[in-house]
Amino acid sequence: MSEAARIHLRNAKGRHYRAAAAFRWGALITGGALALIGLSKRSKSGVAIATAGGLLSYAGAKAGTRQRELIARSSILLNCTPEEAYTFWSKFENLPLFMRHLESVTLLSDTRSRWTAIGPLGRRVIWDAEIAFDRKDDVIAWRSLPDSEIYVDGIVKFRNAPANRGTIISVVVVYQPPAGAIGGALAKILGKDPSFMMRQDLRRLKALIETGEIPTVEGQSHGPRSSVAAFARILNPDDPIKGEGNLTDIANARRRAS
Amino acid sequence: MKAVCWMGTEKMTVENVPDPKILNPRDAIVRITSTCICGSDLHLYNGLMPTMEQGDIMGHEFMGEVVEIGAGVDREKLKVGDRVVVPFTIACGRCFFCQQQLWSCCDNSNPNYWIAEKLMGYSPSGLFGYTHMLGGYAGGQAQYARVPFADVGPLRIPAGIPDEQVVFLSDIFPTGYMGAENCNIKPGDTVAIWGCGPVGQFAIRSAFLLGAERVIAIDRFAYRLQMAEQAGAEIINYEEVDDVVQLLKDMTGNIGPDACMDAVGMEAHYSGPMWAIDKTKQVLKMQPDRPGVLRQAIMACRKGGTVSVPGVYGGFIDKMPMGAYVNKGLTMKTGQTHMMRYMKPLLELIQGGKIDPSFVVSHRVPIDKAPEMYKVFRDKKDHCSKVVLDPWANGAAA
Repeated sequence: MSEAARIHLRNAKGRHYRAAAAFRWGALITGGALALIGLSKRSKSGVAIATAGGLLSYAGAKAGTRQRELIARSSILLNCTPEEAYTFWSKFENLPLFMRHLESVTLLSDTRSRWTAIGPLGRRVIWDAEIAFDRKDDVIAWRSLPDSEIYVDGIVKFRNAPANRGTIISVVVVYQPPAGAIGGALAKILGKDPSFMMRQDLRRLKALIETGEIPTVEGQSHGPRSSVAAFARILNPDDPIKGEGNLTDIANARRRAS
Repeated sequence: MKAVCWMGTEKMTVENVPDPKILNPRDAIVRITSTCICGSDLHLYNGLMPTMEQGDIMGHEFMGEVVEIGAGVDREKLKVGDRVVVPFTIACGRCFFCQQQLWSCCDNSNPNYWIAEKLMGYSPSGLFGYTHMLGGYAGGQAQYARVPFADVGPLRIPAGIPDEQVVFLSDIFPTGYMGAENCNIKPGDTVAIWGCGPVGQFAIRSAFLLGAERVIAIDRFAYRLQMAEQAGAEIINYEEVDDVVQLLKDMTGNIGPDACMDAVGMEAHYSGPMWAIDKTKQVLKMQPDRPGVLRQAIMACRKGGTVSVPGVYGGFIDKMPMGAYVNKGLTMKTGQTHMMRYMKPLLELIQGGKIDPSFVVSHRVPIDKAPEMYKVFRDKKDHCSKVVLDPWANGAAA
């Protein structure tokens, strides 16, 4: 069995959380996606990924009900070569530049890294991860270490877009939060739709790679805002509440309004 | 600095706000010397475009002098002290769309891409001062503006040409020109143009420049029709005729205009039961757009002809005559203007004396008068065709 397959089987089999039907579908879908990515590769690594995907689907189907998973999945076209995209992504320290929920990724060794996500009121979730599979200019897979409080498996695939339009990258990240405070915090950080957040992250990556910056209007001038608008901003699904910044905004707007 | 702010429907005020700062490496700050109110700003004034927020700075037609540039701006293309016209669309210059010259479809300039994506499937480029759905960028009806991707958009203007002749390169001249280009004009063609506002006026003149033999201009305000007539167009005052479509057929030997242009957009005026239905739906927020002109343009266009739509639409329309569109084999061409394609060639037309865009200006006022000028422009009072604001003139003295 390949390394990649083992990761997913470990996650599929190794835990006994409260039953949740979502897991089964998550595993089926993720496994299916991995299998497709793998099959499209037509190489040894492709076979490995496809096998992993197939096994995950199988585990999902067989397991019936297990702990809920949060799955983030998206893809985007980058106007650069697979080499450039791979080089950027493979430095995990770069990920917080465009992934809004991440505060930092620091390298612990060649293959290990520490990830810190930040959520409402500055609450942090920290886990260590290792590279599970790495093929230059082609695919990177990573997973959290076995003794982590949460389980995170990710895979990113780089392939040439047709008509020399650059590189299409496809990303799947599967989170298995435990029950309890840490799991709750992670669920809040990732929001109701983790794939939406991934799509937004990839859009920021695209802007960063293509233009050297991420478009923004934060910090620009404006006239007096209303408190209604401040509340609307807090509900912005693309701008998760970090620290207490937004709360201060609202307090100020309220003061102005009264 | 002073800035015109949208504070709610029909509520514009001039506020004192902080000067803009460089926020990204490829930003520039422009000290604005001339800025205008656009017809499309009236859709915001009337509260019809979704995702405006109280305090937003208005304006997307401005020019001025570069006073600061970020570390990432290509110095060959832009430097401090340059006199520039700033296009209303913001484009990165590096994405697939920019490289196809589809500048107004830039993939990287709208930080709120996801909002527009929900409404339209994908987002067009960011725009200055035109809703949060289209970027939420602070606009240019102010004394200073921050210009993102400043080495792509702004066009350098040589000294000696007055602001009034070049400021319309920021939107309406290229927009009218692209509207005419989208008519797919062949020598000798007849083009019908609904709407004789500033964009319509430039479209009429551009259509002739592109080889049209007849241009038929449609509006209801005599002073605007007069301007069209001066450019060589035949005119129709639609309030004085029973049926515009029938009249266009009669004027063209029952063949119809080769191209029909909707330079009106979402707030069209027309008559009959459809008017009542559309107006009611718009007030009830069931339909953001009143598509009467678009329907007429499709019905009037000759078989195999082209419908060009530079007019702004925000959402969905009802009773689109799809049967006529399909069975007559029409082509429709639309889009926010791909500004960077047109600015330089059109500047050359101005320099060559082929056209003087300042003909369209009716009012020159200090920025403090902007709030009342929105109303004058909206209500077409005082023969208002185009308002140019001076951000630095003393309003009290004027």
